[in-house]
Amino acid sequence: MAPLLEIKGLKTHFATDDGMLQAVDGVDIVLNKGETLCVVGESGCGKTVTAMSILKLIAMPPGRIVEGQIIFEGRDLVPLSSSDLDDIRAKEIGFIFQEPMTSLNPVLSVGEQIAESLRRHEGLSRKDALARTVEMLKLVQIPNAEGRVHDYPHQFSGGMRQRVMIAMALACKPKLVIADEPTTALDVTIQAQILDLLQDMKERFGMAVMLITHAMGVVAETAQRVVVMYAGKVVEEADVDSLFESPRHPYTQGLIRSIPRIDLDSMHKTRLEAIGGTVPMLINPAPGCRFAPRCRHAFGLCSKQEPVLREVAPGHRMACHLGDTRGETR
Amino acid sequence: MRQYILRRLLIAVPSLLGISLVLFTVLALAPGDPFAELVTNPNVPPEVAQALRTKFGLDDPVHVRYLRWLAAMTQGDWGFSFVSRMNVDTLILQRLPTTLYVIGSAQVLALLIAIPVGVFAATRPYSIFDQIANTLAFIGFSLPTFFTGLLFILVFSIKLDWLPFVYTTDIKATGIHWVIEQVRQAIMPVMVLGLFQAASMTRFVRSAMLDVIRLDYVTTARAKGLGQTRVIVKHAMRNAMIPVVTLVALQMPAVFGGAIVTEQIFRIPGIGSLLISSILSNDTPVVMAVTFVFACLVVLFNLIADVLYGWLDPRISLR
Repeated sequence: MAPLLEIKGLKTHFATDDGMLQAVDGVDIVLNKGETLCVVGESGCGKTVTAMSILKLIAMPPGRIVEGQIIFEGRDLVPLSSSDLDDIRAKEIGFIFQEPMTSLNPVLSVGEQIAESLRRHEGLSRKDALARTVEMLKLVQIPNAEGRVHDYPHQFSGGMRQRVMIAMALACKPKLVIADEPTTALDVTIQAQILDLLQDMKERFGMAVMLITHAMGVVAETAQRVVVMYAGKVVEEADVDSLFESPRHPYTQGLIRSIPRIDLDSMHKTRLEAIGGTVPMLINPAPGCRFAPRCRHAFGLCSKQEPVLREVAPGHRMACHLGDTRGETR
Repeated sequence: MRQYILRRLLIAVPSLLGISLVLFTVLALAPGDPFAELVTNPNVPPEVAQALRTKFGLDDPVHVRYLRWLAAMTQGDWGFSFVSRMNVDTLILQRLPTTLYVIGSAQVLALLIAIPVGVFAATRPYSIFDQIANTLAFIGFSLPTFFTGLLFILVFSIKLDWLPFVYTTDIKATGIHWVIEQVRQAIMPVMVLGLFQAASMTRFVRSAMLDVIRLDYVTTARAKGLGQTRVIVKHAMRNAMIPVVTLVALQMPAVFGGAIVTEQIFRIPGIGSLLISSILSNDTPVVMAVTFVFACLVVLFNLIADVLYGWLDPRISLR
């Protein structure tokens, strides 16, 4: 079966005063129908830029898709103009943003903001769109949906606004929903509710979800497959179980070690580990592996040659020189 | 809403009282009054002049005169112009429509230029269109209206002879020709005032749009596939207009000030030129009344701005 979305060698660069910032530099991601894929990595790894590139929501200029293909249902989206993409936005691919406080327009009622995409894509009348909007608000469990449909965003709490955002992204029943850190701005109990809701909606509508997050806990709970990104590149890709059981890339290992654990008894408790250093600036990056300066296993080859993604087990790929016998003979 | 407007109008009463008190005191401190000329007239005996002053209470203390003026005003008596020999309210009502016609058209012209140009420039920052618009705006608000006014007269009236340069209220034509003449003579003053206003407003609309256009909810709107025009007009512009409304309202006093100069250049018989001529002839009741009308108009436009604010931004509740 052909994948729903296939990103091939995507490079998105930004022109800055100091030079080209290579925010996304050769990313390959495959997403199948009905699958939940998590994209993880620290802030500044290019997760959001990758997601925004799919629907060309990055500011252009300064941003530009330099290379690569984004194939959605057999059609490459990269050459399409912004107005051609308008037929795919919200209709085929829905988007949930990180900040519910700022992602809704303060001067339009939430009902209007949901209904306008229904009217645009499904050609519904004002009245029918309103009815569908109320239905969507009920689905995302907003109490008293009929009464609240005409309320404005400032009259909702953060969690409720994120529910509105989800209703908005799902209104046209898209085949794929991209959620960019949908729970980062919310407190922990609300986070769990929103993730449950997202899971619920996914099952109800049978859509695929691309969930961007930096929280490994969220990954373990929701994902089927995981893509780990570092400094604009994919460093490891695996299904969720094998990623947590046998992480291969030192960066993934570091991320997993940084999860607090409550299942170990006090005898085995160790200090929570952090990965030293920060994500490098992506203007004229040094040759070799981008993680090498922070990697505890780095050796000579790492700063000379860039590792490529290779299959280490069925369905498990990673980009690291460690244990790569081919690298040593070359 | 109606309650809000009513309350705002009631709040306006004390502020207008304050304004009138200041105006009256300042005018009382200024040298000269309507009878100053009488003293220098050899045909009027000094006793007669003095008797007239006493009769009209001109030598009473300031607060007594103010209270007398206030009492008369509340009864609808705006005073009497000694120079024009008619009631002040009749005089103002004759002149006010012309001023409102010219200023109103200039404001409408300014908005019609500033909003589309500012919005379009903000959607393509640093493009050629944006640079040209910026340059023209800089030139526009660097040139004072008395200069552009004279330049327009020189070019369009004297050199090209397209437009009349003296504004007249008694046009000899009737019907459609009257309308055409009325428009023709207003073109230059409206252009001069309107373009000056448009220049600074364009800059303001542009920066307000630039602030809004990069916000998250504009990206949300784009992610819904609404199309560029809808995103800009429905989602960005409505938010950007909120600060612009404030600016337009706050600029109203400056607009009236500019209108005084423009009316003088084009000889428009509005209340601006009435103010200048009455200052020159020491016609204090008219000066007082005209400045007071300006104050009322400024208060009124601020109220309109606040009502618009509440309409544009649901987060502001007008209670």
